[in-house]
Amino acid sequence: MDMPAPSQAILDQKPAIVAALRQVLPADAVIDAPEETRAYECDALSAYACPPLAVVLPRTTEEIAAALKTCHQMGVPVVPRGSGTSLAGGALPTADCVVLGIGRMNRVLEVDYDNRFIRVEAGRTNLAVTGAVEEDGFFYAPDPSSQLACAIAGNIAMNSGGAHCLKYGVTTNNLLGVTLVQMDGTVVEIGGPWMEAGGLDLLGVICGSEGQLGVVTEATLRILPKPEGARPVLVAFGSNEVAGACVSDIIKAGILPVAIEFMDRPCIRACEAFAHAGYPDCEALLIIEVEGSEAEIAEQLARIKAIALSHQPLEFREAADEDQARRIWLGRKSAFGAMGQINDYMCLDGTIPVSSLPHVLRRIGEMSAEFGLDVGNVFHAGDGNMHPLILYDANKPGDLARCEAFGAEILKLCVEVSGCLTGEHGVGIEKRDLMAVQFAAQDLEAQMRVKDVFDPTWLLNPAKVFPLAASAGRRAG
Amino acid sequence: MRPTTEVELSEMIRSTAATVVVRGGGTRALGRAEGPVLETGGLAGVRLYEPGALTLVARAGTPLAEIEALLAGERQRLAFEVPDLRGLLGRDGASTIGGVVAANASGPRRVQAGACRDSLLGVRFVDGAGMVVKNGGRVMKNVTGYDLVKLMAGSRGTLGVLTEVSLRVQARPEAEVTLVADCGEKAGGIEAGLAALRSALGSPFEVSGAACAGGRALLRVEGMAGSVAYRAAALRKRLGGAWGEAADGPALWAAVRDVSAFAGRAGSVWRLVVTPSEAGRIVTTLSGEAVIDWGGGLIWLLTEAGQGAAVRAAVGRHGHATLARASEGDAGTALHPPELPAVARLSSGLRAAFDPRVIFAQGGKI
Ligand SMILES: Cc1cc2nc3c(=O)[nH]c(=O)nc-3n(C[C@H](O)[C@H](O)[C@H](O)COP(=O)(O)OP(=O)(O)OC[C@H]3O[C@@H](n4cnc5c(N)ncnc54)[C@H](O)[C@@H]3O)c2cc1C
Repeated sequence: MDMPAPSQAILDQKPAIVAALRQVLPADAVIDAPEETRAYECDALSAYACPPLAVVLPRTTEEIAAALKTCHQMGVPVVPRGSGTSLAGGALPTADCVVLGIGRMNRVLEVDYDNRFIRVEAGRTNLAVTGAVEEDGFFYAPDPSSQLACAIAGNIAMNSGGAHCLKYGVTTNNLLGVTLVQMDGTVVEIGGPWMEAGGLDLLGVICGSEGQLGVVTEATLRILPKPEGARPVLVAFGSNEVAGACVSDIIKAGILPVAIEFMDRPCIRACEAFAHAGYPDCEALLIIEVEGSEAEIAEQLARIKAIALSHQPLEFREAADEDQARRIWLGRKSAFGAMGQINDYMCLDGTIPVSSLPHVLRRIGEMSAEFGLDVGNVFHAGDGNMHPLILYDANKPGDLARCEAFGAEILKLCVEVSGCLTGEHGVGIEKRDLMAVQFAAQDLEAQMRVKDVFDPTWLLNPAKVFPLAASAGRRAG
Repeated sequence: MRPTTEVELSEMIRSTAATVVVRGGGTRALGRAEGPVLETGGLAGVRLYEPGALTLVARAGTPLAEIEALLAGERQRLAFEVPDLRGLLGRDGASTIGGVVAANASGPRRVQAGACRDSLLGVRFVDGAGMVVKNGGRVMKNVTGYDLVKLMAGSRGTLGVLTEVSLRVQARPEAEVTLVADCGEKAGGIEAGLAALRSALGSPFEVSGAACAGGRALLRVEGMAGSVAYRAAALRKRLGGAWGEAADGPALWAAVRDVSAFAGRAGSVWRLVVTPSEAGRIVTTLSGEAVIDWGGGLIWLLTEAGQGAAVRAAVGRHGHATLARASEGDAGTALHPPELPAVARLSSGLRAAFDPRVIFAQGGKI
């Protein structure tokens, strides 16, 4: 993975840049000592790391505007950062950039149950948003597995999803308004506690723009009343094809579970060894969760059971109580950790039409043999968002490159079956150079024109999302 | 102009010097655009429909009715409940799916299922320079590159001509119940009715419609039969004695959706999108008649001409108001509220980026 060479002129100017930032920010909000900037050298795509020139940690929108204005005037690239859990390298710094961390802005600004929204500073973690309203019976729906750590700012930048998105949608479907600071320091207020922001859908474009259009400092989010109850079932199958057919039948029958999660054999084995959740030893396993009152849960589960039984599962396991429900989710929730125990892994995120599931899983199995690398599959089956986890050994020369090549082949396969490169993790640097597989030159041109409007000098997170060659003429330096 | 392929459309746009008005069915053309008409009706036909994956891909000029009939055959539908505003706006013609998307037309179910833009998975369009662009796709989850899909939804033909759209569809529920309570047309009654709607929307009972019109407050629940019965009973218990089951639920919702109460009546019609709890105050401050949807979040207001300043003042910083149908006296009234300067700069920058020669009539500018 290439990153553009840092600008020597900017590196040489470091003292002046740091001094200028100190002029507009409190002393403790500017970090430039190498031993401290280190902490910001990578995100969760940790195969790539590079300490930035400096880090700023502002506390207010005004401070952010001042910091950006300073960087803009001095021509310094800025990489916005939430909690650094991006799996796509979205928050990876360059040596000549200033990392702008939003973590200190984490307050709740307003909670309004009558109108069902919460307004927060964007550095607040996803789970702490729900935490602020759950005692009163509400929650914030998008629930990435990283929700304990990741910030709302990062969720907005990546348009993050989660296991329960099948029913409630992803971040963009739950975002009502933002305060955005453009690279030149202009503060823009978009939307609010009403259902449509009005005019062109700027909010829709900002969500998922990977920190390239502006820095989000505040967000108005839709909150929902908590369902009365929820219960998962586990269904074990002898083949991926049958499990896939079962998913499709459930959806077609008009049942809308909150989650349908799919795990294949390698992943089931790894999770079982790690978490001892008591999973059956089978080829494919579905976890299906439904919500509502006791009676509603029973009604939905009866339908799901009838459909599942028509596919002759090896087992249909209902949770009789809280503890059994917890155990059904336990293995799934520890999937990434379990795979991580076996080896280093790369987590992919392509989406495919649900109908292509069996074909794609079969091809991944064949490719795994060709590349000589193991892969486990765990994913949100209801919406076709796959998460193949490719195992490799970071200490073994050539293994990472082989793993990346394998990953690229899987993503190409996703596009080939009319899917896409990334369903929820974003492009970042990881999938940047694959964009041409999914998009024609003019498709990328249209997207880059949007960046031209928001950030004409291309200083915000410049080397991400677009293939370097495609964005070369626009990026500085 | 009536292109039948994307390539033809691109060539027409490249070679046109004049301003063109993009028209699907011509049924929801708000605004005052003038110029040669570019019709999308020749770009028609459903390209793909996978009921098991809840996805539909259709060319933009496909009649909405054709899509609705196709979906009905599989007991499915568009979740966002497309309004039919022909009566309200005094137009005839047949809606196209591209027009629906370009208007982000969304009905009562928006409170539960989101707007048209939330069901929109992908678009193809030709911009003002004749460039053919694809964005999004046909899968439910897709964050690959910027989301121009949302940008095109509701852009009313000012950024490009849609040629194809992919939509997520929804299974038709097996049961629905509409609860109704008389609240009268007086301020106190409307406030009480709206408070009940907000209470219902704040409950776990998954309300899919919450409106107040013609002296009645309405709530809807949909889903499996047992679940619907349970939730309807739970809501009645929560809201108290005044609520009963309506016999003609679907007709009541169609009337709210299409704002039928104002069809054929004299006056200007305003569309207000506001913070729901402000709705009561706003409608009782203003003169005229209101159809209130989205639990208070959407107000259709029928007034005499010349109320623009009063309407915008009543909304204040709690949302925005658009003049949806101007009576003669409002011929000179701005259709859209002024945007904040920073927002206006970004919006006009985007328009210039996608329509550099300004060939898409900006009369309906949003
Ligand atoms: C174990 C694990 C599980 C995960 N599970 C999921 C999952 O289930 N679903 C899912 O969608 N993702 C998941 N992720 C990915 C990741 O958590 C999400 O992408 C998350 O939204 C990133 O948030 P963050 O605060 O850590 O952002 P960061 O990693 O700090 O940054 C992510 C992007 O946001 C930009 N950004 C950050 N702050 C701002 C700001 N204020 N303004 C503008 N741009 C900004 C950055 O420049 C970068 O491009 C997972 C990650 C891990 C490590």
